[in-house]
Amino acid sequence: MLNTQQEIIDLCKKENKRIYHIVIDEESKVSKTDEVAIRSHLKDVLKIMEKSATAKLNEGTKSKFNMINDFAKISYDYAENGEPMMGEFLMKTVAMAFSTSEVNCSMGKIVASPTAGSSGILPAAMMAAKMKYNFDQETLENGLLTSIAIGQIIAKYATFAGAEGGCQAECGSAAAMAAAALVEMRGGAIEECLNAASIALVNVMGLVCDPIAGLIEYPCLFRNSSGVMNAILSADTAMAGIKSIVPFEEVAQTMGEVGKSLEPNLRETGLGGVAGTKTGNRIREEFLKSEE
Amino acid sequence: MEFSAFEVLGPIMVGPSSSHTAGACRIANVAKSICGEGFKSVEFQLHGSFAYTYKGHGTDKALLAGIMGYNPDDNRINQAFDLAEQKKLKYSFSKIDLGDCYHPNSAKIIFHFEGRDEFVIGSSIGGGSIMIVDINGMSVEFRGHFPTLLLQYEDKSGVIACVSSILSKNNYNIESINTVKDPLTNVVTLTVEIDKNLTEPVRDAIIKSDRFITAKYVEV
Repeated sequence: MLNTQQEIIDLCKKENKRIYHIVIDEESKVSKTDEVAIRSHLKDVLKIMEKSATAKLNEGTKSKFNMINDFAKISYDYAENGEPMMGEFLMKTVAMAFSTSEVNCSMGKIVASPTAGSSGILPAAMMAAKMKYNFDQETLENGLLTSIAIGQIIAKYATFAGAEGGCQAECGSAAAMAAAALVEMRGGAIEECLNAASIALVNVMGLVCDPIAGLIEYPCLFRNSSGVMNAILSADTAMAGIKSIVPFEEVAQTMGEVGKSLEPNLRETGLGGVAGTKTGNRIREEFLKSEE
Repeated sequence: MEFSAFEVLGPIMVGPSSSHTAGACRIANVAKSICGEGFKSVEFQLHGSFAYTYKGHGTDKALLAGIMGYNPDDNRINQAFDLAEQKKLKYSFSKIDLGDCYHPNSAKIIFHFEGRDEFVIGSSIGGGSIMIVDINGMSVEFRGHFPTLLLQYEDKSGVIACVSSILSKNNYNIESINTVKDPLTNVVTLTVEIDKNLTEPVRDAIIKSDRFITAKYVEV
């Protein structure tokens, strides 16, 4: 992917292109493939996303240490019957984020987007947008391609690995990718796609990766549900016309630097943060005993 | 680092962790293709975050599944222990500190053959992508995207020209070529990534040559 926000904006303007065109052009060259093959893969991706985002809405999940039982089912019921403050639509979006994360925890099939720990965010954003705006297949694919561009810039300047960059590198990246996808699908400007991504990443800068007992369950599910809300909030903020004064490549770069400055116990070791609390440690001990 | 589109959005995989499950599975899968069949047992040494959280993320199951040749989206990863028992595969897990120069998600996989050992160190660099960084003590750097030749020889002129002329004569294109020379032993490690799989005669023409101390060809 191109190096800077300005390069992307300039190229899109000069050649009358959208970000997804650039992604298709580059990928065709780098991976010796073509648009048909790329879109065919995206169809598979969307199918798995749709399945994982809806699988647990009615059936529920039991987890070994009872940390995340039935989150998707409970929040979906509440969306329909509980008059949530955030409204039925957003609460259902939260339930869909939980659903994919629950599928992931139970070793079911998901799309790492960009990672498995953060895999609830993009599918929930895509399916919520599809529900609300009735987007066709091609629009959804263009959204995913736009999210890929954002991910490629993050990979260039920083990392997706929680062990290197904390949760901001996983759920922050996923939210940034989803925010840009939402703006693209709704027909926003190129600059608004990048602004949305910047705002999403800025919102969670410094977020630590602290899974209890090292299991991708708690607080990972909350980070996925808040991640998709972050994506929607950031997309709307950008489309309202609010700008990020720091361009996206600088935001990505500093996210990487912040990640490096985090202590190792806050980077997916299961030792610090929520994992390091009295309760977190108790569950960790139970878990280690049960594995012996 | 530059990621391809489907490294960012993908892989399609079984959970719960792209680094600790999908990446671990791929490292083991590639390690086995490098070291080959016929080993008596396999030892997994886990470094950094891998060492702390491998049980919680199913890293152990994924590594085992990778050794058995399964891919990251294979539902059988969850049954890896049972499947290993059926196949009478001998294995062990331990923790290791490889030092600060290794990525926090790294594993050293040692294959014990009759009378000799071989090992591979691989790093899971995020989102399911991997980097193989060491093979039997030779420093390498390859991502497992392309078929790769790994060659070691005592430094002399003409080796690279010879390999590249065999490849170009047979219409192969080189994606990347890299050499590292150990100044003490004067041994050169040459890594060549090729655009497509080699046919058997072309492969043999290169790796069976007696000019190499080690010669391996890895398909992905």
